[in-house]
Amino acid sequence: MHDDQHGDHSHGHGSELSPLEARVRALETVLTEKGYIDPKALDLLIDTYETKIGPRNGAQVVAKAWIDPAYRSRLLENASAAIAELGFSGRQGEHMVALENTDAVHNLVVCTLCSCYPWPVLGLPPVWYKSAPYRSRAVLDPRGVLADFGLSLPADKEVRVWDSTAEVRYLVVPQRPARTDDWTSDRLAGLVTRDSMIGTGLALEPAAIGVAS
Amino acid sequence: MNGAQDMGGVMGFGPVVAEPNEPVFHAEWEKHVFGMVLAMGRPGGWAIDEGRFARENVRPLDYLSRSYFEIWLAGLTRLLLDRGFVSQDELQAGHSLRPAKSVASVLQPENVAPMLAKGSSYERPVATTALFAVGDRVRARNMHPTGHTRLPRYVRGHAGTVTQVHGAHVFPDSNAAGQGEAPQWLYNVRFTGRELWGEAADPTVTVSIDAWESYLEPAI
Repeated sequence: MHDDQHGDHSHGHGSELSPLEARVRALETVLTEKGYIDPKALDLLIDTYETKIGPRNGAQVVAKAWIDPAYRSRLLENASAAIAELGFSGRQGEHMVALENTDAVHNLVVCTLCSCYPWPVLGLPPVWYKSAPYRSRAVLDPRGVLADFGLSLPADKEVRVWDSTAEVRYLVVPQRPARTDDWTSDRLAGLVTRDSMIGTGLALEPAAIGVAS
Repeated sequence: MNGAQDMGGVMGFGPVVAEPNEPVFHAEWEKHVFGMVLAMGRPGGWAIDEGRFARENVRPLDYLSRSYFEIWLAGLTRLLLDRGFVSQDELQAGHSLRPAKSVASVLQPENVAPMLAKGSSYERPVATTALFAVGDRVRARNMHPTGHTRLPRYVRGHAGTVTQVHGAHVFPDSNAAGQGEAPQWLYNVRFTGRELWGEAADPTVTVSIDAWESYLEPAI
């Protein structure tokens, strides 16, 4: 059924570059030929954020804060140092502040001006976090944004929105779900979602991961 | 600048749509743009604020019609062209056509992990003492700089309360213009939703920003 004029498939799937892909490849080739970049370093950078640094890091921080009151105090007092205790530090997390959700207060983090996000604990931000709908509305109508995520908070709960306008990076510590008293830190970390550490979600209930209460 | 990047409070963009099980990157080219942006920081020698300004200092239509990694690509390309690291004919040809500019250092594979783990602190010592303290009432100045700024429009002219003193940090407005780090005291300032958005706003909402000292004046 193929039109023969378009039937040259000898290059195989994916070999034809879009204009955008061609521009990226051209730029990388020029930079490599000039010796400004080492493609092996690029591969490592990409692999680091694809496979090594992500929200599992932040989940460990939150879970430890839930079970260890002294650690929780250190985290709220000096988040950068407390997070570094678990081995997470560096780029886009140099000046961390932890925000603890309580019965009275729910915290929500945004960057209205660009895409500031705590990389060492959450990895790279999802597309929605960088998108116009989230950046525009999180500060104007945070409860409406939470509703987009299926989250409805008590009407009298304070909603604190944190716009990341400097190099300070914010990590939300969600509330610990009930009926997890005897859980280990590793097990608790499984309840801590990325969105719960941004504030667009809550920590999962045990039933959500198939644990009977 | 009052550009398209300053989105707080703008209406009409529709609901937030999250992608289930979203991958870190959606295409190979995104990975390469990300890698190039990080790897060029060292040989390029530009500050993070110069990088941000290169991304946002475009026509609003361009900013709003690009995906985020397209914005990064455009910003990186702008910096490389403006500073003579590459030229337009080389980008067209897809090859280097003339000798490279000399650079201080190139990011080597063995330096990737140490560089990422170290990061770079933006806190600096200053000789001044902080003008404001926690609990002070302050007003965001009504100012409209044509260069880079991190004071969003939606707080300008509004009064809030200092909730944290972060220390003195590199001042983006100066640093992005190539005029030095000029560190200033940095504060977290909390505004009520009603102060920002009027009496009809949700009384349970507060919004805070991090604001450098020169963004603020005492509120009487």
